[in-house]
Amino acid sequence: MKHTLSVLVENKPGVLARVAGLFARRGFNINSLAVGVTEDPDISRMTITVDAEEHPIEQVTKQLHKLINVIKITDLDPEKTVARELALIKVKSDAGTRAEVMQLAEIFRARILDVGKKTLTIEITGTYEKIDALEQLLAPHGVTEIVRTGRIAIERGEK
Amino acid sequence: MKGSEAIIESLKAAGVEVVFGLPGGMVIPLYDALYDSDMKHFLVRHEQGAAHMADGYARATGKVGVCIATSGPGATNLVTGIANAYMDSTPMVAITGQARSDLIGTDAFQEADITGITEPIVKHSYLIKKTEDIPRVFREAFYIASTGRPGPVLIDIPSDIQLADIDYKPAGKPDLPGYKPTLKGHKKQIRAAARAIAAAERPVLYAGGGIITAGAEKELMAISRLMKIPVTTTLMGLGAFPENNDLSLGMLGMHGTGYANYAVTHCDLLIGVGARFDDRVTGKLATFARQAKKIHIDMDPAEISKNVAIDIPIVGDARDVLAGILAELKTMKREPKKTALWLEQVITWKKKHPLHYKDEKGAIMPQFVIEEINRITRSDAILCTDVGQHQMWSALFYTHVKPRHWVSSGGLGTMGFGFPAAIGAKVGRPDKTVIDVAGDGSFQMNIQELATAVCYDIPVVVCILNNGFLGMVRQWQELFWNKRYSETVISCQPDFAAVAEAYGALGMTITDKKEVGDAIRTAIKSKRPAVLDFRVKAEENVFPMVPAGKSIDEMIGGHKS
Repeated sequence: MKHTLSVLVENKPGVLARVAGLFARRGFNINSLAVGVTEDPDISRMTITVDAEEHPIEQVTKQLHKLINVIKITDLDPEKTVARELALIKVKSDAGTRAEVMQLAEIFRARILDVGKKTLTIEITGTYEKIDALEQLLAPHGVTEIVRTGRIAIERGEK
Repeated sequence: MKGSEAIIESLKAAGVEVVFGLPGGMVIPLYDALYDSDMKHFLVRHEQGAAHMADGYARATGKVGVCIATSGPGATNLVTGIANAYMDSTPMVAITGQARSDLIGTDAFQEADITGITEPIVKHSYLIKKTEDIPRVFREAFYIASTGRPGPVLIDIPSDIQLADIDYKPAGKPDLPGYKPTLKGHKKQIRAAARAIAAAERPVLYAGGGIITAGAEKELMAISRLMKIPVTTTLMGLGAFPENNDLSLGMLGMHGTGYANYAVTHCDLLIGVGARFDDRVTGKLATFARQAKKIHIDMDPAEISKNVAIDIPIVGDARDVLAGILAELKTMKREPKKTALWLEQVITWKKKHPLHYKDEKGAIMPQFVIEEINRITRSDAILCTDVGQHQMWSALFYTHVKPRHWVSSGGLGTMGFGFPAAIGAKVGRPDKTVIDVAGDGSFQMNIQELATAVCYDIPVVVCILNNGFLGMVRQWQELFWNKRYSETVISCQPDFAAVAEAYGALGMTITDKKEVGDAIRTAIKSKRPAVLDFRVKAEENVFPMVPAGKSIDEMIGGHKS
């Protein structure tokens, strides 16, 4: 099962290495990891997605808590969470196929960022699944490069 | 003042009286400040020795042990000692010098990324980048090392940071938003635990090193007495419950007593306190205490249900939680005879499966040496060990009655730990007789610290159980690998007594059983560092033994024939 952990950490050097090292040591594969400063400049938020069963995720969460720089961990409930990811996709496209690719992008509410003689660069924001879907549709044209930010997520409501 | 002087001031503010270390290029400023201070420094012969001394000092006193090394190889030499302290939850602060700030990352001379290297084996670490941070970092480091579940904290300090000026002000209370150890146990859980204890017919208390860390021996004893519950301890918990008490089951696990392992296997309630259900304790997890409801009291929430599913978890300080349970129990209706049948069963097991060994004519049995140490010191010495056969015999054949009198490498199983740890323990407790039981293999791993012991006149008695083998591995090879003694035979050995004498210590070789007691007495009386080379029976095994992966009631050698 995929979990999205939202981890508040002190904004200090070495924290990312500590967190990443702990996942590796306890045998977890990080699917994606996004880090950024929060509304408080002394605190950063890491959004980490991992594949794990219930028991091991509890163990890794407890181990994470033991890191002195980790302040709070929330295992986000997908039902109560809004999650987004951003991807930049460079796809092969010349005059012959440009219209088709642009139409696909439009259906996905993606934006064209750059137009080259033989490529188009597309920006898409959405859920993991949405980005995957666009990627699959673009694949027959020849995707030359993809850059993804990894998931960021926030709980719904006032909290 | 200089940063280096601020380090000394910060150490003093933390109550540090002694430090163990060895200077080098990147800690010259620190050692220069030390030169003028009244801080007692013990110069070691290898940095690993300094780390183990700090560790032994901490275990014997309950204070934070401090060691110092220079950058690069000095720092990496601390690594085993830091890992050892981490596995056994010893409060330690390790201070390392680092290459000048502007050179970090350039592969400078004697540069090693020691905060990176030690990242998985420290409770926390710091690389100080501003001299003004020194007081705060030290305050935090000592606070983190000594509170909650204790552990080692490393402070890496570039040489220029030590040299720069600072307007020294003692640091205020640490402000660590991510570090709030839970001390008080949950009321509801404490009540649930008390109810389960009152209802149990076959309860066992399973006590670990956390009892000693928390100073919870009295509470443990009170609960055991009030409810008539037998107590088994882990290797780290030896001394948490006096083994001369009728309710003591001794140690459990791979080399535990038969009666402890049977009791745990058949109990209906297992109360783990400050122990971590380690694989050397549980054996095969599927069959471990399978009939029992399980209570687990621990400081570290990550230990709860890590290996074994727990019915009643309580996170908190062992002393606080046990006191809470005791208070609850006292208010409840109790049936004092409830465990009577169970205790009878335990006595039957004790009679049927006592600890024993076969005496062999003309040989010094290693177990006999331990029994003699026990008899002569009246179970009142601080006993230190490395890892292996000598460690298990020391655990089993010595009567452990007091906390902080057993200093042994438990989790990491470090050869070479015992001797420097014994030096540290003696520095911390000069009033105690300190005995280091060692193997002929392990003693050579930190034998150079004889110089430290002699130089500072630290009268530790080393008892080598010399069997000419790396004994525990040989035992496994004998039992499970067709007696193929691959590289466990130590065919070239120094004359240990002569080596000791050469260092200026007392050295003796003992080949006759009749001389064992006298040698130990002479060494203790000499008040000098001493090395006793006991030529013990070579191919003796530690029994009982639970083969790896088996249930703990499937012991071999557990029956008296």
